[in-house]
Amino acid sequence: MLDLRLYMAQRISAMVMIPLVLGHIAVMIYAIQGGLSSAEILSRTQGSAFWFLFYGVFVVAVSVHAAIGLRVIVHEWLGLRGIALSLLTWTICLVLFVMGARAVMAVTLL
Amino acid sequence: MIRPSRSHPLWLAFVLHRLSGLALALFLPAHFWLLSLALTQPQRLDHMLSFAESPVVKIAEFGLVFLLSVHIFGGLRLLALEFLPWSNRQKSLAAGAIGISLLLSGLFLLRAI
Amino acid sequence: MGSTDNMRLEVTVRRSDADGGYDQIFKVPAYAHQTVLDVVSWIQQYSDPTLTYRFACRVGMCGSCAMMVNGAPRWTCRTHVNKVLNGDRLHIAPLRNLPVVKDLVVDMDPFFDKWIAAEGLHHPTRTRHDPIVSIDPENPQRGEANAGIECINCSVCYAACDTVAGNSDYLGPAALLRAWTVFNDEKNAGKQDILDAVSGSSGCHNCHSMGSCSHFCPNALNPMTAIAGLKRETAKTIFRRRKDA
Repeated sequence: MLDLRLYMAQRISAMVMIPLVLGHIAVMIYAIQGGLSSAEILSRTQGSAFWFLFYGVFVVAVSVHAAIGLRVIVHEWLGLRGIALSLLTWTICLVLFVMGARAVMAVTLL
Repeated sequence: MIRPSRSHPLWLAFVLHRLSGLALALFLPAHFWLLSLALTQPQRLDHMLSFAESPVVKIAEFGLVFLLSVHIFGGLRLLALEFLPWSNRQKSLAAGAIGISLLLSGLFLLRAI
Repeated sequence: MGSTDNMRLEVTVRRSDADGGYDQIFKVPAYAHQTVLDVVSWIQQYSDPTLTYRFACRVGMCGSCAMMVNGAPRWTCRTHVNKVLNGDRLHIAPLRNLPVVKDLVVDMDPFFDKWIAAEGLHHPTRTRHDPIVSIDPENPQRGEANAGIECINCSVCYAACDTVAGNSDYLGPAALLRAWTVFNDEKNAGKQDILDAVSGSSGCHNCHSMGSCSHFCPNALNPMTAIAGLKRETAKTIFRRRKDA
């Protein structure tokens, strides 16, 4: 249930995320020592244009990537097809984007 | 009963990629929701983050780091397979992706505890 | 060629007709050298003449005798029993991912229809009146075409593929391998037709590179590589078209 366009969206979003995921893993390994607190997270991210861009692009890419990935799984394992499948893909993409955008704004805006 | 043709290394790599992707996609909404608490209810976020001190949560976090890592390094192998000239070392590369992921998530766990 | 004493194989055969399916157990004499097709033929000749199965050449050329043997798709005429035996047991069933006609015979129509759908056909560049194109065997593109040319249409890869199992519209490894072979053939026109045919919602982009096709191909061909080639060429067309637009 992937045509060329969806395939390219899936692969391009994956390529965009390569440096972002590697950066995210590095930050996790760095930040986890000594436990996490909202003050610690916010002091790193709040008011930073860099982290806003970093996680903003990340959220856009992951919304596309996860929506298409789940679309394939739902089709192959649950047999959903047609308009219902397209609707589900777009809904997942939109919900992830909105929730992700809220999270990015929460931790980066002053 | 016809059983599917399984248990060769690249099929297992496929299953790992699919299940890790599925788990990460299902985890994302919870991740986003928790972080958005910073905007609305910072005390509640701190309360939730204090749970992260329990060993069970640390093991779960280790699992998440492993899943993310194995998904990206497995995905890098697939991107190379599709867009670079063919390499016959696919099984070694798939095993390498798991190795790096164990290393990174192990490093995470060691720093977490 | 005597039976190795009283050794007998316990062979479970998946039987089915219009009324449904059931497993039937046969005791078959074991020989030092026998193929899975020999076992099936023995059952049909000495135990149950109503057993339906398909074969022709018995030497791995015609691609008609493939079945599921102990859960894996195999060409039965060149699969030695000793290599796949589970203790003294053998489970034989019709190929996966295709509709069963009767017993061990599947309807191959969906499989071949997809070859046509993938444009796995010859699209001539010249007429019979033109001179024959000379082919340079050292040309890398010719190498790509040669790599897939020994496909015998046995459908083992199609039965092995979990993507076909989950997505019955997916063209499958054999059709896409043929499309890639024809695409790389200098004597073949209509390259864009092939790329368009494999770019739809049932095309090559559904492949997850799990490699069961290449793992089970009895001729050691590599459909996974061919499909990756099609993905690469179709991806290039996106950028080419954008440039032309």
